[in-house]
Formats: sequence, structure tokens, C-alpha cells
Amino acid sequence: MNKIRFKTQMTGKALPYLVLSLIGVAFVVPLLWMVFASLDANANLALKLPEQITLNNFKEIVTSPDNQRAFLNGILLSLGQSVLVVIVAGLAAYPLSRYQLRYKSPFMYLILFATCLPITAVMVPVYQLFVYLNLQDSFIGTMVFLTSASLPYAIWMMKNFMDSVPLELEEAAWVDGCSIWKAFRVIVAPLMLPGIFTVGIFTFAGSWGNFFVPFILIQSPEKLPASVSIYQFFGSYGLVEYGKLAAFSFLYTMPAVLLYMLGQRYMSEGFNFHGAAKG
Amino acid sequence: METAKIGEAPLAGRKRTSSQTRDHLRAVLFLLPAWVLLLVFFFGPILLTFYFAFTNMSLTGEASQQLEFVGMANFSAIFSDPNFMTSIVNTLVFLVFSALIGQQALGLILALLMNNRSRTFRRMIGALVLTGWVTPEIVVAFIFFAFFSDSGTLNTLLGTVGMEPVKWLYEYPMTSVVIANIWHGTAFSMLVYQAALGGVPKEVEEAAMIDGASAWQRLWRITLPMIKGSVVTNMVLISLQTLGLFTLIFALTGGGPGVQTETLPVFMYHQAFVSFQLGYGTAISLILLLIGMIVSMVYIRLLKVKI
Repeated sequence: MNKIRFKTQMTGKALPYLVLSLIGVAFVVPLLWMVFASLDANANLALKLPEQITLNNFKEIVTSPDNQRAFLNGILLSLGQSVLVVIVAGLAAYPLSRYQLRYKSPFMYLILFATCLPITAVMVPVYQLFVYLNLQDSFIGTMVFLTSASLPYAIWMMKNFMDSVPLELEEAAWVDGCSIWKAFRVIVAPLMLPGIFTVGIFTFAGSWGNFFVPFILIQSPEKLPASVSIYQFFGSYGLVEYGKLAAFSFLYTMPAVLLYMLGQRYMSEGFNFHGAAKG
Repeated sequence: METAKIGEAPLAGRKRTSSQTRDHLRAVLFLLPAWVLLLVFFFGPILLTFYFAFTNMSLTGEASQQLEFVGMANFSAIFSDPNFMTSIVNTLVFLVFSALIGQQALGLILALLMNNRSRTFRRMIGALVLTGWVTPEIVVAFIFFAFFSDSGTLNTLLGTVGMEPVKWLYEYPMTSVVIANIWHGTAFSMLVYQAALGGVPKEVEEAAMIDGASAWQRLWRITLPMIKGSVVTNMVLISLQTLGLFTLIFALTGGGPGVQTETLPVFMYHQAFVSFQLGYGTAISLILLLIGMIVSMVYIRLLKVKI
């Protein structure tokens, strides 16, 4: 009797670990293919340990001028977008956080509503708008569109971050003769740094992974960011050179992983946005 | 009310009004860049969707020169297009199985099992699941292309237990994209449920345990009802994410074979940019957008945020 109870207790304790480990394995297996194949001189599509470990796949991807340009384009596009988003959303958040405005509540509802909309849905009219404005195949135009598309989420986050910056410090600065604009730059902005980094990092990571928008709006190969050029690589070489495809994928995925790790420090705060509905 | 106050103390009243005007002006200046960008590139295209959907806009041929208002023609064409009905069904199947069932259930199971486990173990599993989320969609597509291909990992694994290889991407394309999306999206639900479970007071569960409630009873009668709000919010959020999903399906199956995995966004892309029927494509956008708007409004009603 005692033995049986002991046994069920043990399985009761071990079972969660077992199930979790199985799920963990299921999550890691598809990923391992990318890691192993990228190091394998004779990679194929199945997961196997490389017989001959090589860095050649990486070397060929990294030394190709086309790929270098694609990565540089990706960094420029995402970085430019992040900087623009932080500045424009930061400015917009200030009056929304500090002033009593009659239209504040409807505006914030509109922003929240816009945050939810699937941006995929508007890409056809956006393309047409770009043709009309003569912006198609424009790198800057794509950057500005991406900026606008992430503004609703960024304004929402920035306003919440700014609400937690105490007003007293600013008021003290005003009393000392600081202008509103100077107080905004010298007092509010530095105190907002965690918020600025959170919004900046998540905007960058989201932009880095965005395939659809540059795929639709940019046509010239020399302007394409890594997200689209990796797809074209897959189309032309992906079915033969698995090792290189894996190495390209690995290199392209790393910035996103590193940024999320960096951003996770602030994630709990950012996540309040979703957790706000709890209960 | 305002006038009465001004009447009582004209000077103070006027002062406040002028400072309010100044605040108002400043607010407009601070908000101006955001407004311009949002109007031109966000709300503008949404309004254009409503307009273009009723035109014969096209990238080629005569219609590309002259935009004509065609009334409901696009919509009557859409609703008699068998591929549209297929894509609606595909979208629903994809949404229900990959997000509402797959990601939700797996995310909840993960969060429940991780509750009270050792910290290191919890973090390790959590990191693996999160990697799926962080991996860009296009790479998720490549990884699962390798996983499901004829000579890929899955068939090799099945081969070791003596099973015949299956052409997963041809014979079970929907199952394949559903599994890929579960792998990609589960972390979101896991995080939401971890946060929600963290808010359930331990005393309640302990009390139920002392009263002799089994683990199942505690889950169904206590834990789940207490996190009901998070379950609903999560359902809405992942539905919105899944409705707009394009890249993963596009790169993994291209909507095929045939139209077997063609969801609304992929159908829209094919009509607008492959068949060059922009008006028709925009009509599909509009349907997608309207579904998104309805779900968003449900979300905002549920959220009950105070702004």
C-alpha cells in the first residue's frame, strides 16, 4: 500500500518534467537542423551530426558582396525605422501623458485599435499609394511606411512609460527657467531611457524579421534587406546548397535572438500592455 | 460651468484659458509628426482600401490607365469565386488549429507544468520555446521545409522506427503549416499564461487541496476560472496575429499545393500581385481588414482600459 502511494507520488512528480522535456525536444529538433547543417560540409535536409565540421558555409555567405549589402540594407532599414519611431512616438507621447486634452481619450482608443489591425491587409492599397506618390522601390519610403505602421504600438508604450516619469522634476526645471522643450530633452528623455530602449529594440527586431513589406515595396536587388534576399537565395540555391541556406538563416536569425535577449530585461514592463486585461 | 467661473473671477479665468490654449498649441506641435505619418501611411491606406475595393484597378491593361468605379462587381466576383470560399475555410482551419487550439493549449500546458518547477529547468524549456517565437517567420519556413521535406528530419526519424516516408508538404500541407505556426507562436501564449498563473494566489489552491479536490478539479474549477480574462484576451490577440500571417505560409507552401493552404492574405497577394488584379485584391483586403476591425473592437471592449 505504502509502496504504491510512493510510486504514484514519484510519477506525479516526474511526469511534469518528462512532458516538459519532450516538448523541449520537439522545439529544439527543427532548430538543430539549422545549426548542424550550417556547420556541415555535406549538409542535406535531415538532421544529422556533421561528419566533417566546416565554417565554409558561413565564410561563403559572409564574403559574398550581395549578402553583405543585404545585411547592411537590413541594418539601415531597421535602425532608421527604430530611430524615427522612437523620436516621433516620444514626441507624441509627451502631450498625451502631460496635458489634459479633450481628444486624448478617443485618440488613445484609436491608437489601441490601430495597434490590433493586421497590417498585411492594407499592403495592396499601400502599394498603390506608393505608385501614386512615385515612392515605389524607394528605400526611404519603405522606412517611413514601416515607421508609421509601428507608431500605434510605440505611442501606446511610450505614453505608458512617460506616465511613470514624475512630473515634479520637470516642474522644478520650469521654475528654474527651463523651456518646455529643453525640459523634455534634458529631464524627460534621459529618465525615459528604459522605455526608449524597449521600444527601439522591439521595433528593430520586428523590422529585421519583416519580409512582406519590403518584398512588396522594394524591387531593386541592390536595395533589398536581408529578409527578402534570404528568400531569393532560398529560391535560387536553397534546394541545392542546404549548408549555405542554414548558415544564412543562422546569421540572419542571430540579431533577432540577441536583441530579444537584450530587450527581455525590459520585457516585463512592456508586457503590462497585454497583461492589463488580467482578471 | 466654465462661464460661471470666469464670471466670478475674470482674471484667473482668462489666464487659465490662455495657458490652456498654449498647452493646446504645444500639444498639436508635439503630435504633428505622428499625425502626419499616421494619416498618410496608416489611416490613409485603410480609407483607400474602402475606395479601391469598389474599382477595377489593375496593374496591366486598359484598367491600369483608367480607374473606374465598378460598384459591387469585385464582391460579387469574390463571392462566386470558389477559391475565395476555399481561402476562407483555410483561414478558419489554420486559425482554429494553429492558434486557438494549438498555441493556446500548448502554451497553457507549458505554463501549468512550469509552475512550481525548478528555476533552471523552467528557464531552459522557456528559452527553447521562446527561440521559436524570436526566429523570423521566413527562417521558420526554411526550418520546417527541411523538417517536412521528403528526405527531411521527420521522415528520417520515422524511418528509424520502420515507417515509410510521407510527402508531408504535398499530402498534409495544412497540418504542416499548422505545426510550423504552433512552433513559432506558442511562446506568446506561454508568456501570457505564466503571467496569469503568477497572479493566482497559492492559498486558494491549497485550500481546495485540503478540501480534497483532485488536480483536475482544481484546474477546471479554480485555476481556469480565475485566469478566464487572460484566456479570452490571449485568444483575441493570437487570432489577430494569425489572421494577418503571410510570410510563413507563403515561403513554406506558397499557398499550395493548388490552393490547399491558401489563406486570405496569401489569396490576396496572389490576386493583387501575381494576377495583377489590384481592385479584386483590395476587395479581399477589405474583407480581411473588416474581420480584423471586428476582432479588434471585441478586444478593446474586453480590455476595459481606462485611458
